[in-house]
Amino acid sequence: MLWYIEIANKKEYPDPSGNDVILNAHDLNIKGISRVQAFRLYLIDADIAESQIKTVAEELLIDKVTEVYSVNRPLSNPGKSTHAVSIFRKPGVMDPVEASALKGIAELGMKAYAVKSGRKYLVTGKISSKNLETLVKKSLANEAVDDFFFGQKEFKELPKSKPYKFRLVTVPLLGASDEQLLEFNKQYTLSLNLEELKTVQNYFISLDRNPTDAELETIAQTWSEHCKHKTFAGNIDFNGAPIQNLLKGTIMKVTQELNKPWCLSVFTDNAGVIEFDENTAVCFKVETHNHPSAIDPYGGAGTGIGGVIRDILGCGMGAKPIMNTDVFCVGLPDMEYKKVPKGALHPKRVLKGVVAGVRDYGNRMGIPTCNGAVFFDERYTGNPLVYCGTVGVMPKDKINKASRAGDLIVVAGGRTGRDGIHGATFSSVELTHESETVSSGAVQIGNAIMEKKVLDTILQARDKGLYTCITDCGAGGLSSAIGEMGEELGAEVELSKVPLKYEGLSYTEIWISEAQERMVISVPPEKLDAIMQIFNEENVEATVLGKFTDTKRLVLHYQGNKVADIDMLFLHKGVPKSSRKAVWEPLKFSEPKIALQKNYNSVLKNLLSSYNICSKEWIIRQYDHEVQARSVMKSLAGPEYGPSDACIVRPVLGSRKGIIVANGMSPKFGDIDPYWMAASSIDEALRNVIAAGGNLEKTALLDNFSWGNTNKPDRLGGLVRASQACYDIAKIYCTPFISGKDSLNNEFATEKGTIAIPPSLLISAICVMPDVDKAISMDLKKEGSFIYIIGMTRSELGGSHYYALNGCIGNNVPQVDARLNKDVMEKLSRAIGEGLALSCHDASEGGLGVAIAEMAFAGGLGAQIDLKAVPVEGTNRNDEILFSESNGRFIVEVAPEKAKMFEKFFKGLPVGNIGRTTKKDSLKINGLDGKTVVDAGLKELKDAWQKPLKW
Amino acid sequence: MKTPKVLVLRAAGINCDQETKFVFEKAGASADLVHINRLYKNRSMLSDYHIFVIPGGFSHGDDISAGKILANELRFNLGREIDSFINDKKLMLGICNGFQVLVKTGFLPGFPPEKGNANHQQLVTLISNDSNRYEDRWVYLKLSSEKSEFIKGDSILYLPVAHGEGKFVPKDKSVLAKLKKFDQIVFKYVKPDGKPSAVFPFNPNGSVEGIAGICDHTGRILGMMPHPERYSDAANHPRWTRDGLKKMPDGMRIFINAVNYAKENLL
Repeated sequence: MLWYIEIANKKEYPDPSGNDVILNAHDLNIKGISRVQAFRLYLIDADIAESQIKTVAEELLIDKVTEVYSVNRPLSNPGKSTHAVSIFRKPGVMDPVEASALKGIAELGMKAYAVKSGRKYLVTGKISSKNLETLVKKSLANEAVDDFFFGQKEFKELPKSKPYKFRLVTVPLLGASDEQLLEFNKQYTLSLNLEELKTVQNYFISLDRNPTDAELETIAQTWSEHCKHKTFAGNIDFNGAPIQNLLKGTIMKVTQELNKPWCLSVFTDNAGVIEFDENTAVCFKVETHNHPSAIDPYGGAGTGIGGVIRDILGCGMGAKPIMNTDVFCVGLPDMEYKKVPKGALHPKRVLKGVVAGVRDYGNRMGIPTCNGAVFFDERYTGNPLVYCGTVGVMPKDKINKASRAGDLIVVAGGRTGRDGIHGATFSSVELTHESETVSSGAVQIGNAIMEKKVLDTILQARDKGLYTCITDCGAGGLSSAIGEMGEELGAEVELSKVPLKYEGLSYTEIWISEAQERMVISVPPEKLDAIMQIFNEENVEATVLGKFTDTKRLVLHYQGNKVADIDMLFLHKGVPKSSRKAVWEPLKFSEPKIALQKNYNSVLKNLLSSYNICSKEWIIRQYDHEVQARSVMKSLAGPEYGPSDACIVRPVLGSRKGIIVANGMSPKFGDIDPYWMAASSIDEALRNVIAAGGNLEKTALLDNFSWGNTNKPDRLGGLVRASQACYDIAKIYCTPFISGKDSLNNEFATEKGTIAIPPSLLISAICVMPDVDKAISMDLKKEGSFIYIIGMTRSELGGSHYYALNGCIGNNVPQVDARLNKDVMEKLSRAIGEGLALSCHDASEGGLGVAIAEMAFAGGLGAQIDLKAVPVEGTNRNDEILFSESNGRFIVEVAPEKAKMFEKFFKGLPVGNIGRTTKKDSLKINGLDGKTVVDAGLKELKDAWQKPLKW
Repeated sequence: MKTPKVLVLRAAGINCDQETKFVFEKAGASADLVHINRLYKNRSMLSDYHIFVIPGGFSHGDDISAGKILANELRFNLGREIDSFINDKKLMLGICNGFQVLVKTGFLPGFPPEKGNANHQQLVTLISNDSNRYEDRWVYLKLSSEKSEFIKGDSILYLPVAHGEGKFVPKDKSVLAKLKKFDQIVFKYVKPDGKPSAVFPFNPNGSVEGIAGICDHTGRILGMMPHPERYSDAANHPRWTRDGLKKMPDGMRIFINAVNYAKENLL
C-alpha cells in the first residue's frame, strides 16, 4: 500500500525553508504573505503495517530532536487564509532521494517497492490564487521537471510505467521528397540540413532499404553540431576569401607551431593534457551546458558540471578531478518581471538555479569549485550561458588508450531512463518560447553520489589496468560513446541488456538517452571478473552490453532482433562538408562626448556596484572551495575579502608545485569587434595568471565559444574574426591552446524577433607553478609601500563599463599590443618570483580606478594615488586614465626598500610610481591638475562593491 | 617504534577521505582507506586499528537528512564493534558529515552511563544553518576543554567550515547542562579575540552557545563541524600571503596529538 508521511520542524525551531519562500515572494513583488511553513513529504509504496511505517519515520526519516511527523494525514489542518501546495518531481525525472530511502528502509529490515519525496508549503496571508500560482511557478517549482498540486492532495498509487513491446520502426526515406525529408527532420528532432538529409537518403538508397529509427537517430546524433563542430571544420567564404577549416587554421595551428614538449595530448581526447611533473599530468576541459540550463537552471547546471567531471574521468585512461571552474552569463537580476520574454525564466531565478545546481553537484562530488565568473547582459535573458570546467590529475603513463577487437563493452554507473533524449541535437537549435514544453525531455537531473561511486571505482580499476579504453556517456548517450570507441573497429550491442530505471523504453530511446552518471569501458574478457568485483564491492552497477569487433560496422540488436547495421566509416566520415558565408563589416558606434567631472567618487562607487564588477561572495561561499585540501589561493583575498585574480591549487598533496587557473572574458568588447574581444580575453586570462605569481612559459589556454546562429553571415564573420585573434595573440604570447568547445545557435526567438547573445568567448588559462610559496595576492599589505602601474593606458573606452554607465558603447575598443604586454608579463613574473612585490592586481573591468579601490578595501589599507604618474598614450583626461580598460596593465605594491630592484626590471617599459599605501581608511586620487578627483572611504567603496549580490 | 594505524572510512558520498589519510600520515601514522562494505564483511578488522575516522562528505547524498543513512548503517551493523573499540581506549573522530553521523548514531554526546538510560540515544542534532544555505568560510574556534584526547588546553584555532547543516542543537536544557558538567564541549565559535559571539559570521550557523565540536565522556570520541584536515599545510590559510607561512598549521595539532596519544597509550 501507499503510505504518506509528512514531516515538519517542531514549533520551537526556526523554519528557514519556509522563510526563504517569503523572501522569494518579495522578489516577485507578491505581498500579503504573513507566514510560510515548509514540510517534507514521502510517499512509500510498501506492504508493511502502520507500526512499521512509524519505525521507518522515527528511525530513518525524521530528526527526533527537532522534527515531528504524521502518517496518512496532514500534520495540521490549515485555516481559512492558509493555502497548501505540494510539489513532486514528474514521473520519470530522477529523484536521488529514492535510492537512498530504499537503502535506509532495507537497513531497517523491511522492503519497499518505491519511494517518492516531495515538498509541501502552507502559505498563510492575503494572497490571490493568481499570485499563489505565480509564486509556485516562478519560484517554488519548475514545470519542466515538477508536478504541483494545490490543496491537500490525496495519493492512491505511484504512477507505474507501461512495459515496452518490441516493434521495429523504419523511416520511409527511400523516394521521399525534399519536403518529406524536412518533415522527418522535424519529427525526429534530427537537426540536419537538407544536404545532410540527402546524403543519408543516398546512403540508404545504396543499401536498397529504409533506415530504422535507431539508425537515423544515430547518424543525427553523430553528425550534430554539438558532436562534429561542422561550422568550425567546414568551408567558409569570409568576405570572399576561402577558409577550409577555421579550427585547424587558427586555434590548433598555434599549438602545432609552438610545439611545446609539455603539451602531452591536445584536441584529441576529452580534455587537453599537459605535463605537471616527472610522473604526473594535469588535464583541463571546459564545457558549455547552455540550452538545458535555460529550461531548468538547477538541473542544467548540475548535469553540466556532472558532464565535464565525466569528461575528466574519461580523459586518457581516467583522471581524478581536483577542481572545478564555473562561468555563467545571465540577464540582469533586477529586470522587471513583465519584461521577461515569454518562455524565458527571470534572470535572478536562472542565477540562483545555476548556482544551486553547481553547488549541489560539485560539493557532493567532493571537488572544490574555486574559480569562476559571472557576466550580466540583458541578451542572455532567454539564452543564459553555463560554462563548467574541471581540472584532473593523472599518472603520465595513463594518457593513451585504445579498445581492441574482442574487448567487451561494459556500461557502469547510473541506469538508463527517458531523461535527456535529444540533448545533442537540441543543443544545436535555437531556443523558442516553446522549448520549455517541447524539449523538457532534454532536461536531466543528476545524481552526484552515483557519479562519485563511479569515480571511486573507475580509478581503482584504472590503477589495476583492468580496461583498455574508457569514455563518458555525454551528449548522444551510448550512441555517441560506443560509436566513438568503436570507430576504427566495429561494435555489436544487445540493447535489452542495458539496465533501465523503469520499463517502457524503446530500443532507440535506450540507445540515445542521455541519462547521467554512466561511463563506457572496454574490458578484455579475461579481466571481466576482476573489474566486476571492484564495482560490486562498492554497489556500482555494471553490465556487459556487447563487444568490439573488427567488422567496421555498428550493429545493434534488441532481444535478438537486428535494429541497426551501419558502416562506421559512413557514420563518422560521411557528413558532407558544410559551406557557409561569412561577412565582417566593422560596426560604427559613435564615440560619446562625456563631460568631465571634478569628482569621481560616485562614478567609482557606481562602477563597483555594477553587476559585472561587484562581489560574487554570495556565490563563492556556497561552493565548497577547500575540499581535497589543495587550496593555496582562494577566490576572496585579504582580511576584507577582495576579488582574487586567479586560484591556485596543489595537484599533488605534499609537493610545493601548483597550478594556477584563471579566466578572461569580455563580451562587451565583442559588440564593437570580436577580434579585440578575443584578444582582450586572452590578455586578461594571462594577466590573471601573472598577477597571482605565474609565468607564460608553462601556461596553456582553452577556448569556449558561445555564439549566435552562425548560419547568419554576420555572426559567422564575427566568429572568424575572433578565431583569427586567437591565433595572432596566443602565438605571440607562446601559449598553446589545448582544448576547446563551441556552442553555436545561442539565440532566443521571441514574438518580436530573435535575440542573439553577445559574441562570448571564454578563455581559460592553466599554468604550472614551480613553487606555490611564491604566490602573491591582490590585497594591499603594508602601510607606506610604493604603488606602481605597469603597462600603457590609452584612450580605449569602447565597450568599457564607464561608457556603459553613461549609456553608450563607443568605438575605441581596447586593443592588445601583445609584444609589449608579453615583455611586461615576463618581467613582472620574474620580479614577483624574486619576492619584489607585496601585492598585484590586474587592471581590467572598471580600469585603474576599480583595481586600486579593490586592492585597498581588500587589504584594509588606504592609498594616495597621483594620475600624473600614469604612463599614457593619446589621452589627457582624468576619467579616461581612471576608467580606460586598456589591456596589459598591472597595479603592483612594492616595499620602498625593494623599489630600486623592482624598477630595474622595467627599464624601457611603461611603468609609473603612482602613489603610496596609507594607514588612512580612504582612497585619495589626484588628477592631472593636482586636484583631488576621488576621496572616498574604504567602507563606502567596499559596501558599494558588496551590496548588489548580497542575496 | 611502532606506528599507530588509522582506519579512514569510505562510503558512498564520503569525499574528504584522501586528505584525511594524508594528514594522519603526515602526523606519523599509517592510514588505510576502508570501504564500509569491506568492514561489514570483516568486522573484526576494526580491532587492528587505533584510530577510527569518519571523514567529511555527503554520505549517501545526505538524502533524507545529513549523515542519517550512514548513521543507521553503523548503529545497526557495527555498534558493538565500535563500543569495544572505545572500551579498548582507542580514538574515534568524526569531521563535518562524520560529526553529523556520530550524533545521529548517539555515540555522541555519549554521557557517562546512568541507570535507566539506554545507550546510543540521539540527544543532540545538527540542523540547517540559520542562513538556510551551504557556506564555506574560515572561523575562529575557542578550545576550552581538558577532556578530549585529541586536543586539550585553552587556545584559539582558525579552521574552515563548509556545510549546510551545522547548527548544533541539544534536545533540551538538561542535555546542554550535562555537556557542560562533564566538560564535553571542546570547541566554540568565537570572535578573533576569543570572546563569545552569537552573531554571524563569527557563529556561522546559529549553533546553540556557539558549539562547534563535542567529545564523549571518555574524551576518546570527538566530533567537530570545522575541517582540521583542510589546514594541514601553511599555504592553506586564506591570508598566508600577508601573515606568512605558519610553522604548525592549526589543523595539524589535532592529528599530531591523536597520533601521539596512540603511540603512548596503545602501542
